[in-house]
Amino acid sequence: MSLILDHVNYVYGEDTALAVHALKDVNLVIPDGQFIGLIGHTGSGKSTLVQHLNGLMKPTSGAVYFNGEDIHEKDYDKKQLRSKVGLVFQYPEHQLFEIDVFKDVCFGPKNLGLSQKEVELRAYAALKQVGLEDEYFYQSPFDLSGGQKRRVAIAGVLAMKPDILVLDEPTAGLDPKGRDEILDQIAKLKEETGITVILVSHSMEDVAKYVERIIVMNQGSVLYDDVPREVFKHYKELEQVGLAAPQVTYIMQALKKRGMPVDTAVTTIAEAKQEILRVLHR
Amino acid sequence: MGIIKTDKLTFEYIRRDEEGNVEGITRAVDEVDLDIRQGDFIAILGHNGSGKSTLAKHINAILYPTEGTVWVDGMDTQDEAHLWDIRQEAGMVFQNPDNQIIGQMVEEDVGFGPENMGVPTKEIWERVEESLKAVGMYEFRKHSPNKLSGGQKQRVSIAGVIAMHPKCIILDEPTAMLDPNGRKEVIRAVRALNDVEGITVVLITHYMEEIIHADQVFVMDQGHIAMEGTPREIFSRVDELKELRLDVPQVTLLAHELREKGVDLPEGILTIEEFVEALDRCR
Amino acid sequence: MIRDITLGQYYQADSVIHRLDPRVKLVATIGFIISLFVVDSWVGYVVAALFLACMIKLSKVPFRYMVKGMRAIVFILMITVVFNLFLTPGEPLVTVWKLTITKQGLRTAVMMAVRLSFLIVGSSLMTLTTTPNSLTDGMEKLMKPLKYVKVPVHEIAMMMSIALRFIPILLEETDKIMKAQIARGADFESGNLIKKAKAMVPLLVPLFISAFRRANDLAMAMEARCYRGGEHRTKMKPLCYHAADRIAYCVLLVYFAGCVAIRIFF
Repeated sequence: MSLILDHVNYVYGEDTALAVHALKDVNLVIPDGQFIGLIGHTGSGKSTLVQHLNGLMKPTSGAVYFNGEDIHEKDYDKKQLRSKVGLVFQYPEHQLFEIDVFKDVCFGPKNLGLSQKEVELRAYAALKQVGLEDEYFYQSPFDLSGGQKRRVAIAGVLAMKPDILVLDEPTAGLDPKGRDEILDQIAKLKEETGITVILVSHSMEDVAKYVERIIVMNQGSVLYDDVPREVFKHYKELEQVGLAAPQVTYIMQALKKRGMPVDTAVTTIAEAKQEILRVLHR
Repeated sequence: MGIIKTDKLTFEYIRRDEEGNVEGITRAVDEVDLDIRQGDFIAILGHNGSGKSTLAKHINAILYPTEGTVWVDGMDTQDEAHLWDIRQEAGMVFQNPDNQIIGQMVEEDVGFGPENMGVPTKEIWERVEESLKAVGMYEFRKHSPNKLSGGQKQRVSIAGVIAMHPKCIILDEPTAMLDPNGRKEVIRAVRALNDVEGITVVLITHYMEEIIHADQVFVMDQGHIAMEGTPREIFSRVDELKELRLDVPQVTLLAHELREKGVDLPEGILTIEEFVEALDRCR
Repeated sequence: MIRDITLGQYYQADSVIHRLDPRVKLVATIGFIISLFVVDSWVGYVVAALFLACMIKLSKVPFRYMVKGMRAIVFILMITVVFNLFLTPGEPLVTVWKLTITKQGLRTAVMMAVRLSFLIVGSSLMTLTTTPNSLTDGMEKLMKPLKYVKVPVHEIAMMMSIALRFIPILLEETDKIMKAQIARGADFESGNLIKKAKAMVPLLVPLFISAFRRANDLAMAMEARCYRGGEHRTKMKPLCYHAADRIAYCVLLVYFAGCVAIRIFF
């Protein structure tokens, strides 16, 4: 069970003078159960990449394999694929359309042709998974707060029971607490179901706390693909491509420069705290 | 009296159910008193739904107080005779970069405000040029806004406000929909306005790193001002901020957590340099 | 998809035609269209073709670019031709099964095709060389007399220019919502007409909501920037005629007079 991108290239407007090479020879293996951060600034190709994962876009050259099968083969069931690779777009609350929350979440599983009972069971389970209380189930989705709407939209994808959940900037526009709540909920979901999660973001600080692997995109290619502490070691190179390591990396670098023997590869506040305490109480 | 002053500003709206019956009254802004000096850089923080945007819209006379008064440069916003003067003096930049650009060419959009004010043609061109230069967008003057990045669009919007020669500018979460680079671009432009042109800035945001350079910070919660002070004073109160659904920069948080573990660090550390200095002394 | 239609989208170039006052181009386009119906002889069409060809040459818009954008119209053109070809009564030329092509039919069909394609090329030449904004400006100014009969000329022009600004944004948004719903298993392609119409609901509801939200935001942003209708307003780019515009009017007049003359003498 895995998703493989094999020498994927994508060119926008191929035959025109304005052709843009959005993806350049991308090779990736997404195995089961990983928590992955996909980082890149606007225009780095990360959104284009994400749309290749569930067959919304077709590579100009190269291939995408899901469980060993080429997803662009003639008879491949794309609908099935899209239920297995769930994609939550940026500002997903903008796609809500039903008269109540529950109906909206039912939309996905209903499209899969499941029985009414199964559809409702899944919708209920998905809404529970995103932590929405029962009292909101029969309200209009448009009456909810921003954070709640986003949960509903994520539930709408979860209800299709995907093996891989891809979230494009799930925290955009939320306040700090709302951001932490959503990310914690996703981490919990990952923990409980063992689902693969790909978190697309342009903030290293947001993902550093959660993910076990970071893929950095720049100008359509994969720049780094490693565990966070290895990726953040390249903080100077990251800056050159318009990204930055979490502030904690810079703190540790500055301390080291001052002559404190700290491990500069820590990635989170909690780790940094332990490390500084260790050095201080030695 | 400062450039912006509010006295017990209260704004309520009536919630109605589907049939239009009154369900209840929500107090979005609750007895807020502000007095902002000309030339200051003010930041208003608050989580989503804390009433900060509603407050901002009062300064530009888009909303009017249910109770209390708002004065902009001594003019009461409820006085209809001054409506257009107030809107000219207190310019406003909104959150969504796409939904506030009217022109189909950058320079035409910047000229929109002065056109509405009846500024003579020749002067409009001068104002457009100086405003676009002030935000570093002059070379894009002939571009279509649709082709610009989010940060560039917001800078065009800011130029559109500066071209009206305001005394103060209110930015309602101008960076919420931008990526980190766009955010930096916009904040840099805003700071330059304040430093170079001396325009009073009221920046509404929930990104803590954007308020470090503010002269004064207000934190809003449930319609009233919950905290008030310099950035350093505000950042010293990490636990309170967390309760208000906000956070602090990583360096401030790290210092705070080390302090809780008994490391002798001062509260309210804002920069990495300060942190390193302070920690160096603890050794 | 929808974005591929380039029919009449502004083509940036520096030419005499581009620099002309939009009012001249508007009047000229209307004049040209009328002239197509004034002349009804081959000589007339040759003159019209020459006139159009000169204008295209002057505009520096590549002819291929113009034609490329016209593909969408070809279908309408074909229908008109076919209908005229078979349904005009008169002297039979060829009979295939039950369909008869008459001499008159052939003549009208060809004429219709020529007229229509000239008309489309002519008017797209205007939109290709004029930014939507100056076009609305030109219209506003030309229609100004209508203000005295209570036509909200300024408001109409403002609405048009805002619509033009938001079309690309809404197209992009449509694309995004469509993809998002496809990711949730929606199917916009298969099924009969009713099923297809029903499938549009998840696309249209979010689209309308977004359009209203944008309208609301925009209205607020405009008010915040002191917009209060057309009164007291000055113009950043006021329209005024230059020598080239006057010459253009003369050229147009000569052409039009020529067309009338052809109508009378041929």
